[in-house]
Amino acid sequence: MIRPNLAVLGLAVPGLAVLGLAALTFAATFAPAVAAHAAELRVMCYSDGNECAVYADLAKGFEKQHPDVQVRIDTVPYAQITTSLPVQLAAGHGPDIARVTDFGATGKYLLDLRPLLPDAAYWTREFGPVLDWMRQGPKDTGIYGLPTQLTITGPFVDKTLFEQANVPLPGPKATWDDWAAAVAKVAKATQTPFGMAWDRSGHRFAGPAISYGARYFAADGTPAVVDPGFEAMASRFVKWNQDGTVEKDIWAATGTGYRDAFASFANGQIVLYLSGSWQLTRMDKQVGNSFDWVAVPNPCGPAACTGMPGGAALVGLKGTKHPKSVAAFLDYLAQQPVYQAMMERTSNIPASASLQKASLHYGLSAAGNAALQVFLQSVQSLSPIAYHLQGYKYNQVIFNTTANRLAQAIAGQITLPQAYARIASDLRQQLAAAKQ
Amino acid sequence: MSGAAARNRERGPFGRLAWGAYAAAMDLPERPMRWAQARLRDGRLGWLFVGPNLIVFGLFTFLPILIDVVFALTGGTALLPSQRPFVGTQNLAQLLACKNYLHPSSCYDDQFWYGVWNTAWFVLFQVGLMIVFSLATALVLNRKIIGRGFFRAVFFYPVLLSPVVVALIWKWMLQRFGVLNAALQGVGAHPVDWLLNAHWAFGWTVFVSIWAHMGFYTLILLAGLQAIPRDIYEAAAMDATPPGRVFWRLTLPLLMPNLLVVLVLALIRAVQIFDEVFVLTGGGPGSATTYLVEFIYNTGFAQQVRQYGLASAASLLLAAVLLVLTLTQLGLTRWSAKRG
Repeated sequence: MIRPNLAVLGLAVPGLAVLGLAALTFAATFAPAVAAHAAELRVMCYSDGNECAVYADLAKGFEKQHPDVQVRIDTVPYAQITTSLPVQLAAGHGPDIARVTDFGATGKYLLDLRPLLPDAAYWTREFGPVLDWMRQGPKDTGIYGLPTQLTITGPFVDKTLFEQANVPLPGPKATWDDWAAAVAKVAKATQTPFGMAWDRSGHRFAGPAISYGARYFAADGTPAVVDPGFEAMASRFVKWNQDGTVEKDIWAATGTGYRDAFASFANGQIVLYLSGSWQLTRMDKQVGNSFDWVAVPNPCGPAACTGMPGGAALVGLKGTKHPKSVAAFLDYLAQQPVYQAMMERTSNIPASASLQKASLHYGLSAAGNAALQVFLQSVQSLSPIAYHLQGYKYNQVIFNTTANRLAQAIAGQITLPQAYARIASDLRQQLAAAKQ
Repeated sequence: MSGAAARNRERGPFGRLAWGAYAAAMDLPERPMRWAQARLRDGRLGWLFVGPNLIVFGLFTFLPILIDVVFALTGGTALLPSQRPFVGTQNLAQLLACKNYLHPSSCYDDQFWYGVWNTAWFVLFQVGLMIVFSLATALVLNRKIIGRGFFRAVFFYPVLLSPVVVALIWKWMLQRFGVLNAALQGVGAHPVDWLLNAHWAFGWTVFVSIWAHMGFYTLILLAGLQAIPRDIYEAAAMDATPPGRVFWRLTLPLLMPNLLVVLVLALIRAVQIFDEVFVLTGGGPGSATTYLVEFIYNTGFAQQVRQYGLASAASLLLAAVLLVLTLTQLGLTRWSAKRG
């Protein structure tokens, strides 16, 4: 009779477990390839509102036309797009398509769709200016992705609080100083904790700064962030944070990174909220009829009355094994009826030239539609500097250092002149690292 | 009939089949093992057993250290080492360039030095206070008090929570419109900017970290206290030794090996602080609670220009500190063992 001994048992059990695991891994790796479609496109997607769900729904139409291709939308938090995706791409293990906003960080991994598109001229005609943001330089003519929205930064205002305080809304040409004074008055009269809050983002800050004369670039085109215009807005913003006009928590109590102030606005803790058009769906759904809210034109400064343009795009990625299917899927989404449905269902401003002129039927409330019209009109008043800054490859370096250093000044850790010096040195140091 | 044969009959036909298959499977490694024993003898056979573990250690511990060194000596933003230009000690030099190390704002990379000093202060306060509180709690829980089991569980419970959950719970308590300020306003006091004031925010990161980890160290000390023979205390009681003297002359010296373990483990963990603070304060206000590991994360992963080289150089410096702490622990343990 065979008697198993314990030592052998101790070796055999883990050994069998490892063999079993290996068999399972083998099966999991190779079995789907036999059973599934010829091409599976993985799309890494983040949502401002309902974007990923809408893309998944629209993808069904594409799959009907292309039964050999399956599209999988993987919905992830925005932070994963900014932190994990670039590392995945650098390691050669990214998805086939991703929805991104930072074209600088992903630029060298983007797939040029131009040779794969049946009608590249259509893309250039419809999305021309926004396609430039994804390019690596003036000589680059590639088409790297489908702009899923054009965004405009701008303020939302709690109109109910203005009415309760019996303070008139400042007019369309009012300056940021006028608005700061008005919201402080409303906050005091209605015992609202703060006058306003801005999303913690250098991108949000750039609009008001350009309005006050910031140029962000020197005459030779090199980035030069700190100038009298930038200082004019920075000093105002720090002062407003310190005197309680602006909710200090948003910028100062967050060490680094992005933070939005939507919750403060939705909870009635601020009178004015500087964010942007991508918040419309959330405003409609989460604020709804709780109070009267309106979007107002971007306040002015001595130089302009501008916000910042921006946007996201579904970009094809070089590492894909199915470049033709990637191009076919994005081309499907880019065609006018599908793209129009995408814009209407996600309540986004189209980047397509012909749809910008057409009247779209958004599923928004009256307040939402009115706000959307304000943002659409704001496109006309955007400063060329704002477009140039948005198209600059390393704009996130500028935005991040602006937010972090001004936050330090707001927290009292460094002075404003020290913050200006650090913004310049951070920019210098990071651009040098990028060029190595 | 032998016992084995009887057991075999009791198993029935399926049982016998299963047992046979099992026994055959168990016999599979026996032949190669016998072969290895005959060929390798005892001296080399050991390597066969530790080999798999060495491979795992090499792949997941030693290799990453090597990669970290390679990254620290190279620049640029590429992830693949072959695409990174060699820069020598430039990254280290950049981190260490400073006019006055006591003033981070005078350093070339001020965020690194804010991280260093914040971490140093954090370690000092967090470890010191944690040992005091853990010891006091262990002493109380070692006594025959009512509900001792319940209190032991209560103090250990936070250790089971994820650091993110711990941080979120405390964030909801401490934010401007949080539970703590609501309570203060409820009793007519003014709300406090707990996470907006640099000193408060730092204090809360220390407190939350102690709250989350104290149970673990209390458990180690409690085990140490219970290992002290009772007859020593009985002898002290017969000599009418005052309780304070018993604590300083008996309990504390006999608990020293456990205290050493707690000290070194707490030190290492405190130097590595990241997750709880990242969720609780994000390193703010400003850089008031930006600790060294958060600097490394920000530099390597949260910027548009990912400076892996700089982040790796900072990691190497952190590793050097941890190495010193670990060697200190080994030295102290040996010294303690020699003293008997």
